[in-house]
Amino acid sequence: MKSKISLALLVILLVWTGAVLLLGQANITGVIQNSDKPAIAVPDFRGAGDAQKVMNTFNTTLWNELDSSGILKMVAKTVYPLQVPQQPADFKPPTVTTPVTRNAQPQTISNGPWLTDWSGPPVNANDLAFGYAAAQDGRLVLFGWLYNLSQPTPQAAQLIGKTYTGPLDNAGAVQVAREFAADILQQFGAQSLAGSKIFFVSDRTGNKEIWSMDYDGSNQKQLTHYNSISSMPAVSPDGKLFAFTTYPVSVRNGHKFEGNPQIVIMSTETGRKLTFYNPVSSNVETAEFSPDGQHLFFASAFDGIAQICESNLQGGDFQRISHNQAIEVSPKINPKTGREMLFISGRSGREQLWLSNVDGSGAEMLTDGSQYVANPAWSPNAQFVAYAATGGYEPGNYNIFIMDIAKRVPIQLTHGNGRNENPTWGPDGVHIAFSIKRGSSTQIYTMLADGTHIQQLTTQGNNIQPVWAKGIN
Amino acid sequence: MRLNHRTLSAAVFGVMLLLVAAGCKKKAPAPPPPPPPPPVKTEEPPPPKPQAVRIDNFTADPTSIERGQSSTLRWSVANATDISIDQNLGTVPANGTRQVFPSNTTTYTLTARGPGGMATRSATVTVSAPAPPPPPPPKAPVVTGAELLGREAQDAYFDYDKSDIRDDARQALTRDADLLKRIFQQDPAFNVVIEGHCDERGSAEYNLGLGDRRATSAKDFLVQLGVPADRIRTISYGKERPVCTEATEDCYQRNRRAHLAPAQ
Repeated sequence: MKSKISLALLVILLVWTGAVLLLGQANITGVIQNSDKPAIAVPDFRGAGDAQKVMNTFNTTLWNELDSSGILKMVAKTVYPLQVPQQPADFKPPTVTTPVTRNAQPQTISNGPWLTDWSGPPVNANDLAFGYAAAQDGRLVLFGWLYNLSQPTPQAAQLIGKTYTGPLDNAGAVQVAREFAADILQQFGAQSLAGSKIFFVSDRTGNKEIWSMDYDGSNQKQLTHYNSISSMPAVSPDGKLFAFTTYPVSVRNGHKFEGNPQIVIMSTETGRKLTFYNPVSSNVETAEFSPDGQHLFFASAFDGIAQICESNLQGGDFQRISHNQAIEVSPKINPKTGREMLFISGRSGREQLWLSNVDGSGAEMLTDGSQYVANPAWSPNAQFVAYAATGGYEPGNYNIFIMDIAKRVPIQLTHGNGRNENPTWGPDGVHIAFSIKRGSSTQIYTMLADGTHIQQLTTQGNNIQPVWAKGIN
Repeated sequence: MRLNHRTLSAAVFGVMLLLVAAGCKKKAPAPPPPPPPPPVKTEEPPPPKPQAVRIDNFTADPTSIERGQSSTLRWSVANATDISIDQNLGTVPANGTRQVFPSNTTTYTLTARGPGGMATRSATVTVSAPAPPPPPPPKAPVVTGAELLGREAQDAYFDYDKSDIRDDARQALTRDADLLKRIFQQDPAFNVVIEGHCDERGSAEYNLGLGDRRATSAKDFLVQLGVPADRIRTISYGKERPVCTEATEDCYQRNRRAHLAPAQ
């Protein structure tokens, strides 16, 4: 009797514990929601004539572009039907037989590819991308379609039916695949990354200078030529200005002397240096533009220890925001409201992620104090913060985390394998650029905000501190 | 009294008159005496002729020396009463030696005088140029403040994520304070910059703040020891200027430092 009661209690306890754990899991909400994503089938495209040589590149690029968007569920190719359409004319409605006897079921006889081949099991896709390529006048021509499989007819299903052309080589294949992918993603409401720029710091010239590149790593361009240590870039919301921290160099009696770290603001388009009066301080660093583009937030040790400060873009209207006997750096202002500020503070001991109002009031610690935290970055919709933390690892071995700021539950995106730092969100809100140090080399990568689809963008020298900006608008 | 004196004078005068009268009476005129015979000329033997002064030898040994070495003069003189050697050697005995240290080639002249005349003899000591002198001892170089600082200043080390002055840093900075006072005194134009550095583990942003704290802590400590604050500047390099790059605690510790360098 007694043992039966104990057993019952144990069962109840186990069930309760399991339920709590499950609920806890369900509460962890990332950026990438696998359950709600539309499922898309993307069978391999084939090429006519010389076009076939580049179709491997095309198919790989198209798949990766769609997959790495993070907004689509890619249906595995292994479950696709054998009959793959290449153009709308290939779709043939199946013949449905009229039952001869009263009890017999109607029979469906396939006459070729049809929408339901892809919308029904086992594919269960919502959408289908298909088409083919051909070589025409020495150019690569891609015919691409996107069908919404919930529609009854091919005519009704067509979302995209378009021709793309490019050089008849692998670069051309990449180009047309990206253009087609961009059109598909636009159908699903994805923010395009096209035109966005990643500002970063590279030492490939021998000195740390500010550089920029396109979001895919192309078009890398040196923006500063200070021959000093220039780092920690920030970009204005309109993309027209960037700010960074540098050590001004002077030469006296043939010796090179470095002044204290200062903030410089520069025009992105002309490279012209703007007038910005730094506070008199042994250390001015971590510049951040306010969302309205009218103010600069930064850290300054003008009173003996690095504290959060604010001024206008000329350095006037200077005011100190935090008042603590602890190092406080990296102010980041809520891009949606302009009213909240994330920052890093050592006021509780180890440096942690804090949230406060922009005037410094109402400060709360977002991380639990058990690890070292750095590099906060708001997601474009201000729902998430990405940051680097040493949770579970030795000091210095940072990994990238994101946290739904309302829920305060950290989600770890990288897991060891080098030192992962300086996350920055792409304008689409689903990509994150960051740096990985492996051995003595540090390079910039992008990934989806669930930690998948890691792609390397840089290779020359060391490249750190990426800041992803929308581009000039 | 006056009467007495006059009476005495008259008496003396009278006595003198009497005496004169008596003398005149004794010297009666007489025939002039014959001229004295001419002196007899006798051949007196000539006095014995004195023997000639003789310098038997006057030598220098050796006759050639290098500057700084000595030579010995040796002489022997006969029949002389007065013997001297020039070059300030002065009067010397008839036989003797004298050690000389001429700095240049010198001729010594011995002069002997006696009843028998005079004699001289010379001896020359040739002084050859000395071997080329060794190079002068290296000049004590003028040590600049920068050199002195580079040679003797000690780094102050810190714990991870800390800017407190540890005991070992206290010792290092105490020595640095003495050094700085010495340098400042010697070189009134010299100023120092304290660089704050961190190991590579913290974030670049936070480390810039931490390096700044370390430099400031070190400066505060030096100022407490009497180093003038207006000659110390601070700068934070965070983790931008490591002295080593290995991922070991030993290397991390070497990078967590406050370092003294010449300021502009």
